[in-house]
Amino acid sequence: MRKQYKLTGMLILIVSIMILSGISSCSKKDSQGPMLSGDEASKVYIEPGKWDEFYYFVSGGFSGQIAAYGIPSGRLLRVIPVYSVNPENGWGYTEETKPMLNTSYGFIPWDDSHHSELSQTDGVPDGRWVFINGNNTPRVARIDLKTFRTVEIIEIPNSSGNHSSPFMTPGTEYVVAGTRFSVPIANKDVPISTYKENFKGSISFIKVNKESGDMNIEFQLITPPYDYDLSHAGKGPSMGWFFFSCYNSEEAHTLLEVNASQKDKDYIMAVNWKKIEEFVAQNKGTMMDVKYAHNKWNEETHMGTSEILTSVRTLKPEDIPGCIYYMPCPKSPHGADVDPTGKYIAAGGKLATIIPVYSFEKMISAIQSNQIDGNVGGIPVLKYDACLAGEVQNPGLGPLHTEFDDKGFAYTSAFVSSEIVKWNVETREVVDRMPVYYSVGHLSIPGGDSKKPWGKYLLSMNKMTKDRYLPTGPELTQSAQLIDISGDKMKLLLDFPTVGEPHYAQAIPAELVTKNQLKIFNIEQNKNPYAIKSVNDARVTREGNVVHVYLAAVRSHFTPDMIEGIKVGDEVYFHMTNFEQDWDIPHGFAVMGNQNSEMLVMPGETCTLKWLPDREGIFPMYCTDFCSALHQEMQGYVRVSPKNSNVELSFGTGNKAPAGK
Amino acid sequence: MKKSTRSLLLIATLGLIAIYFFPFWEIALEAPQYPEGLGFNIWIHKMTGDLRTINGLNHYIGMKTIEPDSISELRYMPYILGFLIFFGFIVFIFNKKILLLIWVILLLIAGTAGAVDFWMWEYDYGHDLDPTAAIKVPGMSYQPPFIGSKKLLNFVAHSYPDVGGIIVFVVGILLISLLVYEYKFNKVQNA
Repeated sequence: MRKQYKLTGMLILIVSIMILSGISSCSKKDSQGPMLSGDEASKVYIEPGKWDEFYYFVSGGFSGQIAAYGIPSGRLLRVIPVYSVNPENGWGYTEETKPMLNTSYGFIPWDDSHHSELSQTDGVPDGRWVFINGNNTPRVARIDLKTFRTVEIIEIPNSSGNHSSPFMTPGTEYVVAGTRFSVPIANKDVPISTYKENFKGSISFIKVNKESGDMNIEFQLITPPYDYDLSHAGKGPSMGWFFFSCYNSEEAHTLLEVNASQKDKDYIMAVNWKKIEEFVAQNKGTMMDVKYAHNKWNEETHMGTSEILTSVRTLKPEDIPGCIYYMPCPKSPHGADVDPTGKYIAAGGKLATIIPVYSFEKMISAIQSNQIDGNVGGIPVLKYDACLAGEVQNPGLGPLHTEFDDKGFAYTSAFVSSEIVKWNVETREVVDRMPVYYSVGHLSIPGGDSKKPWGKYLLSMNKMTKDRYLPTGPELTQSAQLIDISGDKMKLLLDFPTVGEPHYAQAIPAELVTKNQLKIFNIEQNKNPYAIKSVNDARVTREGNVVHVYLAAVRSHFTPDMIEGIKVGDEVYFHMTNFEQDWDIPHGFAVMGNQNSEMLVMPGETCTLKWLPDREGIFPMYCTDFCSALHQEMQGYVRVSPKNSNVELSFGTGNKAPAGK
Repeated sequence: MKKSTRSLLLIATLGLIAIYFFPFWEIALEAPQYPEGLGFNIWIHKMTGDLRTINGLNHYIGMKTIEPDSISELRYMPYILGFLIFFGFIVFIFNKKILLLIWVILLLIAGTAGAVDFWMWEYDYGHDLDPTAAIKVPGMSYQPPFIGSKKLLNFVAHSYPDVGGIIVFVVGILLISLLVYEYKFNKVQNA
């Protein structure tokens, strides 16, 4: 009897555990996400054939690229190759694009791209260019939004880990590049334990030409050996200043997780760049011997060129007295974000329990009334309370980054508590909060770091997705979540996977970009030295073992499409000109066994793909972009003969094809 | 001729000058892949528009490429028009009904010849196709309509007078009306 009871009891227990766990797993799923009101779909639905309201330029992180999405639909429009080679279209593989990835270390096929930054006019995004930093081998790139192509990459000397970049001044006068890692300047072989004596930070101010967008490093500030993390320029009343967050004021060089988290205040560095310009005009500072690459794309020759530059102006704090101040900031700040009025600076301390909001006006009077609390590395430290407008209490755990809307509210991402917190800039009161899935890094509002936010949407860029989508093994996607911020309460609208890791994004109303779009390259203006102007000029020439194929592509054939007389050991360059002058008719090119990528050539453009044939035989080549109804017929053959063969160079198409021997 | 007739014929003459500055005829092609439109305009002395793209598409059906340089009409038409304009001023200055009659007859001959020539040109392009063309549809020709719209494979072709063509049409009606008026109602033979 007893045994029977025991059995029944166990059975009841098992059943109830099953039910309970079933219920709890159901409720777990149900509780995922804030209450949806049911009309979200209509808010993000863009009819087929209609355009989105905003372009969002989302950084790719370890993918090294930048992706353009349409918002509110979340449609991926294009992945723009920047620092990483892209065999999909030949970026970094064609002879024309290789120089764009040159550095003082030589050709580097990758970087870690973190922060996109749209060019601004009068403090408002203007849709001309988007800049993005390369974090690993310090670089800044500029993408032309007329063509959605990377048109310039400049390397940053005396820097390592270009994280605090490429934030810009309101008129795109400068983009900045602050080093995340301090290193010896100039870099040299020293024991790592001599960090405090030998290591320094650097902040570069890169001047941007107003018309052409061309970048050059105007000056570098050599600073105490902290980790410079993020930054933002002042505007309005604070125009002329730049604010950089920095952590590791402990000057630790190992186990930073612990050793750089000891002090309860790090710093926001305030830099008066307008005043520094005066010192630069007086030729202050030191011209230092360095080596860095400056790569530029020429839209007329359709070619990149790389130049190694050898000198940069460095300024120490003592060269520019009264230009740099530190404001104490609790603990290990990430964001240093200026509100649309330019009156306030919010800082996100990754380990802080509050968000300090500094008043620019108070900071200036603290400087004027000498409210100084010591000096580090020649830089005065202002008193915390003297600069503070107030603190946001209970802003979530791990506040990282803040952007602003056009109604006086700020939105801060909190990584640890995985939420977005909305607060009033003037009163510093939290008015709303919303969970995000999971572990948000940056957030982005169109124009949210500018003078004119379009406060309709907020994009939360999340580091982890766990169970949010259909699983794809151990490696899961990162995500972006679109939040409606037009009302009092934030509302989740959409959740979509991203390309690479979206560190940060910037957005702009679409019409500011669409109005400048280029549809084709005018073939009459093609100045590529290997371009041909007429199909009749298509030819193959030999100089020693270097063979140049001047190839014409037009629907749906190549000229020439038969090439004989290539020999094993030759160095063959296919210079393909796309003769189309019609929108969206690229031609591609690939040849069998080429230890290289394919290439896509846009209408009116010339691109060059190198091939080193290593064996004899017949090698088909073909168009890789489905260009027309007879795309599959757009093909040709290359005959490769032995090294010592006497097969003569011949070529042609159709009735001009070589007869061969 | 009456004073009002003379002023109107001066206006008609000046109207003909406008033909140098506006396209005469428009051929537009419509297809799903060309939401932005595709077409070309024929002027008295040149052709403008998407000729390159249209030639690229036409090669599939074996149509000859449209080369404005090889169309001799574009070279001599401006002179014929010049002569007609000159004649218009002559009619105005000498103020004779008979000159008006001659002018209108010359204009009608030129207009008819132009229209016939245009139709023949269209016929030639639409029918004289390369026998080795990639796309061959038995019995199909590709002559665009003279005026109106017509479906040609995946394209709908529209052919209509442009600003210049409308001016010619208006000038023609005006001059014929003046002629009729002068000969029928204005019996006073003035000097």
